[in-house]
Amino acid sequence: MQVGAAAAAGAVLGARAQGLGLAAAQDLTPFIREITGGREPEKRDVEIDMPQLAENGNSIPARIRVTSPMTPEDHVIAIHILAERNPRPQVATFHLGPQSGRAEISTRIRLAGTQNVTVVAVLSGDRFRIGATPVLVTSAACLDETAG
Amino acid sequence: MLLGRVQVPQSVRRGEVFEVRVLVQHPMETGFRRDMNGRAIPLNVLDHLSCRYGGREEFSATLGSGVAANPYVAFYVTADASGPIVVEWSDDKGEKGNFTTTVSVVS
Repeated sequence: MQVGAAAAAGAVLGARAQGLGLAAAQDLTPFIREITGGREPEKRDVEIDMPQLAENGNSIPARIRVTSPMTPEDHVIAIHILAERNPRPQVATFHLGPQSGRAEISTRIRLAGTQNVTVVAVLSGDRFRIGATPVLVTSAACLDETAG
Repeated sequence: MLLGRVQVPQSVRRGEVFEVRVLVQHPMETGFRRDMNGRAIPLNVLDHLSCRYGGREEFSATLGSGVAANPYVAFYVTADASGPIVVEWSDDKGEKGNFTTTVSVVS
């Protein structure tokens, strides 16, 4: 009886913990498809500089570098940041051009828990590149009212 | 008026690629938070930022609620000629702000 009650309490706690816990990672495919128009991005030359472990998800520095000569013929047009576990996976988009001289940006983002941060780069000539990095977040950003 | 700051190097050589660093004061409310009385705090994010230099748009960014409060954005620009660098931003409520700084190009 006691064991049964404890198990039931455990089940309730478990369900509650799930409710409070992280949202499941979303499939980023539709977001990536929207950017690339269905074309397959190449998995190379996108460097994401983020801490492997962040104590707090509210403000995590990110520096993104795409290898490109940045000439009028061959340059990066846009850099998209996607976070699969955020309630809104589209974090930010940056538009560059050959006048940028260097395909590199930095910012500070919010992450609602441990997840992979994905970066999609749009290059001239309808080419696309993708990169991802895992970030371990010990305390998620205050995004969810239940986790408030 | 949304306040912010823009930093560039004091002087650069012609053709040099330099970093422009922008910091804007904005809460970047996600719309998921509640106040002390349990009422939802409405979404309010700085969603657009752009940089003009030498009479054309050099850089622009579309930000969402996934960007940290008091958004910081840094990017690169190629030095062309001495002149103003104007960075403008606006939020989803139509509040705007801008900051103008000058870069001097020495050859």
